[in-house]
Amino acid sequence: MRRSVRIGAGAGFADDRIEPALAMAEAAAVDVLVFECLAERTIAREVLARRKDPDAGFNPFLRARMETVLKPCAQHGIRIVSNMGGANPVGAARATVEIAQAHGLGGVRCAAVTGDEVTRHIRDRPGLMLMESGEPVEAVLPDMVSANAYLGADAVIAGLRTGAEVVLTGRVADPSLFLGPAMHALGWCEHDLPRLAQGTVMGHLLECAAQLTGGCFADPLRPEKYVPGMDDIGAPIATIAADGSLEITKLPGTGGRLDRRTATEQLLYEVHDPAAYVTPDCVLDLSEVDLIETGPDRVAVTGARANPAPEMLKVLVAYADGFIGEGEVGYAGIGAVERARLAAQVVQDRLRRRGFAYDEMRVDLIGCTSLHGAASGASDPYEVRLRIAARTSDRKAAAAVGFEVRAMHVNGPTGGGGGSVPSVRDVMAIQSVLVPRHVVQIGVTVLGGAS
Amino acid sequence: MIRVHDLAHARAGDKGNTSNIVVVAYDADGWTRLERDLTAARVEATFAQLGAGAVTRYALPRLHALNFVIQDALSGGVARSLAIDPHGKSLSALLLTIELPDQETQEP
Repeated sequence: MRRSVRIGAGAGFADDRIEPALAMAEAAAVDVLVFECLAERTIAREVLARRKDPDAGFNPFLRARMETVLKPCAQHGIRIVSNMGGANPVGAARATVEIAQAHGLGGVRCAAVTGDEVTRHIRDRPGLMLMESGEPVEAVLPDMVSANAYLGADAVIAGLRTGAEVVLTGRVADPSLFLGPAMHALGWCEHDLPRLAQGTVMGHLLECAAQLTGGCFADPLRPEKYVPGMDDIGAPIATIAADGSLEITKLPGTGGRLDRRTATEQLLYEVHDPAAYVTPDCVLDLSEVDLIETGPDRVAVTGARANPAPEMLKVLVAYADGFIGEGEVGYAGIGAVERARLAAQVVQDRLRRRGFAYDEMRVDLIGCTSLHGAASGASDPYEVRLRIAARTSDRKAAAAVGFEVRAMHVNGPTGGGGGSVPSVRDVMAIQSVLVPRHVVQIGVTVLGGAS
Repeated sequence: MIRVHDLAHARAGDKGNTSNIVVVAYDADGWTRLERDLTAARVEATFAQLGAGAVTRYALPRLHALNFVIQDALSGGVARSLAIDPHGKSLSALLLTIELPDQETQEP
């Protein structure tokens, strides 16, 4: 067993930058490179992509990422772990092996981890309660697109145990993607709560990559929030030891910053009760966590505690829920806001005249109230952009929204310009249900390795 | 007049229709002030203008941080929301605009 392992975050969301992962790999700065690329809705989108093309259904940037990092990772013995498998981990593994072979890396093996997909279980249990609406899942079954359980570190470990250089999963809880490699490398058991706590807090801190190292942080009005080298923010690296001691840092020579301030913002990111952050591996308690600066861009993390893992696993159920249509048009100069408001009224009147109705409609004045609504401070901008968006189960009604906004170029108040291309998108709604752990059967398929 | 922005920095995260905003004091004095005056009720009053509901506050004194969990703050949640910022990432900036009462007028 190792005494410690270095784990780097190569991506913090589906569309994240690619260069920081390459820099870490080329510098041989990590033992494991983790790409977290799966937001709540992503799998449903990928299910739809796979229905059109059986070989699709995984992260659209998987090929670009693998093209970039496979070679330096192979050279330095760096293993790759990612949930880029999305709705098709085996397809993702196949694509990865093809890229490896094209680069003369025929020995690279890729493990696809499956088992998160539980649509059949959900279909067979229409009485399961949706946690958000309190309705039985039956109500959304006809429109259900996907149902995937959040797997834990054990799913990642199952992939790593095959010895494959690359492990690709579907839905795995974000911190578990990082905890799994630590448990595997350091020989931790699944009941060792003090170590699981430290490994889970590590994963939680790293899962959004640059958000720990100066991303989402700079505020030009506050010198305390200066972020150097923002064009080249380095991704975070954790060094976690067999005893659970944990230090986080970033690649030397990169931009960004990592200190108590950036780490505190990320420690509580998307956390509700800090004493009970639920993951499939444990219930993390952050109450006594401390973040101690031990050097430039270097922070020791202490004091994480954990309670045993929950009995049930959370499943995200995604279902088609109508359409959102939207459009934008701009006004500037004297009376810009008044003309935008008049345009909004005309668009709404025309939609009504055409007989369309909407479940919900929203009018934004970008530059005044689009982000903070009625809580916005007073402003009298020189220019303003009108945005109208509406949700409906009728695709034609959705398409009419952007169409009528666009018509403001010729049929609206004076001086309206810069109309957007009308847009209609499918609404993919998400709710959660809980299922017993035994419903999930983890499977591993290893591809590649022909040298 | 002092605003939260003078004392602290903040980050917003989303889960379903719930926003959480962490507020971190720059120094110990700021922490004392925030812990006393930046109540859940004060945050709730500001976010009610967006149609948000109940606010729960968690304090982490060791880190000089407050975590506000704001129900129904995201226009139905990322998936169905018509908002231009469905994740509510910009809501941290709204929290930083909140004005705190003058210290002199505080009850003892």
